[in-house]
Amino acid sequence: MADRFLTLVNAGAAPLAELPELSFEEFRSALLGRSAAGDRLSAFFALPEPGTGFRLVAVLADDATGKIRLCSARTGFRYNSLTPECAAFHWFEREIAEQYGIVPEGHPWLKPIRFHRSRTPGVDAWGRSPGEILPGVADYFRPEGAAVHEVAVGPVHAGVIEPGHFRFQCFGEKVCSLEISLGYQHRGIETLLENGPDRRTMHYFETAAGDSSIAEAVAGAGILEAFLPELSPSPDALRIRGIALELERVANHVGDLGALAGDVAFLPTAAFCGRIRGEYLNMTAEICGNRFGRGLTVPGGVRYAIDEKRAARLCERLDRVEPDLDDALELLFDSPSVLDRFENTGMIASADAEKIGMVGVAARACSLTCDIRHNHPGGIYAEVPPPERALETAGDTLARAKVRRTEVKASCGWIRKQLETAPDNPGCPEPLPARLPADSIAVSLTEAWRGELCHVAITGPDGRFRRYKIVDPSFHNWFGLALALRGEQISNFPICNKSFNLSYCGHDL
Amino acid sequence: MLNALKARFRQGYRTGRFPDGEPELPDRFRGRPELAAPRGPAGCSRCVELCPTGAVNRSGNELSIDTGRCLFCNACAEACPAGAIQFSREYRMSTFHRDRLVADGSPFELEKQQNRELLRCCRNSLKIRQVSAGGCGACELDFNVLNTLAWDMGRFGIQVVASPRHADCLLITGPVTANMRLALEKTYAALPRPAWVIACGCCAISGGLYADSPETAAGVEELLHPDLYVPGCPPHPTTLLDGLLRLMGRR
Repeated sequence: MADRFLTLVNAGAAPLAELPELSFEEFRSALLGRSAAGDRLSAFFALPEPGTGFRLVAVLADDATGKIRLCSARTGFRYNSLTPECAAFHWFEREIAEQYGIVPEGHPWLKPIRFHRSRTPGVDAWGRSPGEILPGVADYFRPEGAAVHEVAVGPVHAGVIEPGHFRFQCFGEKVCSLEISLGYQHRGIETLLENGPDRRTMHYFETAAGDSSIAEAVAGAGILEAFLPELSPSPDALRIRGIALELERVANHVGDLGALAGDVAFLPTAAFCGRIRGEYLNMTAEICGNRFGRGLTVPGGVRYAIDEKRAARLCERLDRVEPDLDDALELLFDSPSVLDRFENTGMIASADAEKIGMVGVAARACSLTCDIRHNHPGGIYAEVPPPERALETAGDTLARAKVRRTEVKASCGWIRKQLETAPDNPGCPEPLPARLPADSIAVSLTEAWRGELCHVAITGPDGRFRRYKIVDPSFHNWFGLALALRGEQISNFPICNKSFNLSYCGHDL
Repeated sequence: MLNALKARFRQGYRTGRFPDGEPELPDRFRGRPELAAPRGPAGCSRCVELCPTGAVNRSGNELSIDTGRCLFCNACAEACPAGAIQFSREYRMSTFHRDRLVADGSPFELEKQQNRELLRCCRNSLKIRQVSAGGCGACELDFNVLNTLAWDMGRFGIQVVASPRHADCLLITGPVTANMRLALEKTYAALPRPAWVIACGCCAISGGLYADSPETAAGVEELLHPDLYVPGCPPHPTTLLDGLLRLMGRR
């Protein structure tokens, strides 16, 4: 079994020659075997092999042991789909089909996910000509019968929010099925990253999903540092990254809890949290000048130190905000009318969450223990114990809200602890060399505030990125939101949606 | 109910002092770049080479930074051996004209709204329909922030509306992806006339990092003519609110 996989740990790299190339049947059974044994699918993508078709590469995360397993197989334009046996592959197989025109035969619902041209000229998995590719134009499930109706919303929504298209198939008020069609935010980031790293690389990471800029930058820097061990960041630099990551988590969770309150018309918490979220963003700006942490992370470290004065200011701000936040959250979780709306709404069974490969807050609300900080600790989390793992069992909107509340408290305490001694000596990172090791592969996992963020890079003979793969947590979870709506009242869509709060641009890339 | 009132009482009035008082900005805030007289040695182009978006230009002793392309990442300022570039604390960066976004060392004059029709329609009330066309979410989030009690843009008559039919203007974020082009055109077409356009953030103004991507346009200007440009990646809420107030002729 061992030789069927290349085994790495988080932020590890190896020569591409060490990545086993199995026969497709062997590849398929190895992946299905490991998935059945509890490994999660972190990434699955195609690598074009000039002149000889493609190589499918899979990255599995073994949460029990902290191992990351990789294997690969050659394929042409067709292969035997893995989705019927393991549902976690479904979105990845659709992505591969769209990106390169490689058809997974037997896939139960093969549709595009982003609506762009295939990267293999002249080969489209659906036989469309480039002019026929329009966002949202695809087949949708459609129940028939009297009193059955369809509700279609988006891409432009009523509020200030990114674009996506949602199709509800309803029977009266009840939603039989929801299909989510994305791709409106597609900017082609993976392609733009190829031939890097260069002066734009870190900025592409930071704008892949703007609300997760810090996590994206840390994951991407992790790739470069895996390739170039001499770039290894100092302990203080790792601590500053950790503080920024947790501030990002707290700011977003607080914002989400406020938005959830707003969606059930509970205005006190909505109003308080809207402001309090800004306080945490301002703390990030206190560190690096930008509320989203832009420009903080560089390969090999961070750009800004936190000296004693600054650490004291940050602690003072945390202390000042804490009672306000406690107030706001106590009100929310003490209001029977709020709890009634959250409880049993948008329920996902733990088994389903596991089957479709959900990650992050939404998965932990279904009692799945996945948390990269605990299971595959990298950076600061390998040095000091990470914030407490938040788990809930109910799998409903209330559970997702409670996970956020626990994580906010845990992260604030953790940040304070890290600030006890000021991380004032992060060092001066070395400039990035023009070349990375040739023909190598690296994997970097980060627990972004939504969940697992996976970056995989493969370099070519010139030491430049030949393929760069980003798997945003939202990529795993959008289908979870669709499942959560099944059997639900359509009027519950807003709170279900907020309780996941997934990224459009992080998915669309 | 009583607890909610108690909490409200404890939290107090929390709307910021801006625009009556100066905004609170972090000490490491990077605002409009200032170019100092001593330039780097002749032939030095470190700043130009390091700029991720081609915002910095140098020919001879002429140096300029196009804030419509700038990510405010500070790479150029850090690299300049002569210290010719510095990002100031000036948050007021919005302009009504694209060419005025270019910082070249000459004094930056804040613009006053002269458009009579705009003043007549929007001085006391600006209804905004926002469209995200490939934005990374950061511009959208920091626009949303203006709706919170910390900024309370409603007190100036600025309001986000759901339907384009109710809107005076579009606030566009993102470089305009191919997949959002049609939706953006349709939304604009649905606005009653006169209608105005705000390009918010580097991507919307110039395409930013994505200007060369085959999947996106190089910003809003490929489709529409913006009446307000708000630079930043993303613009700080103060920069955006200052811009909106200037557009309305209130600052």
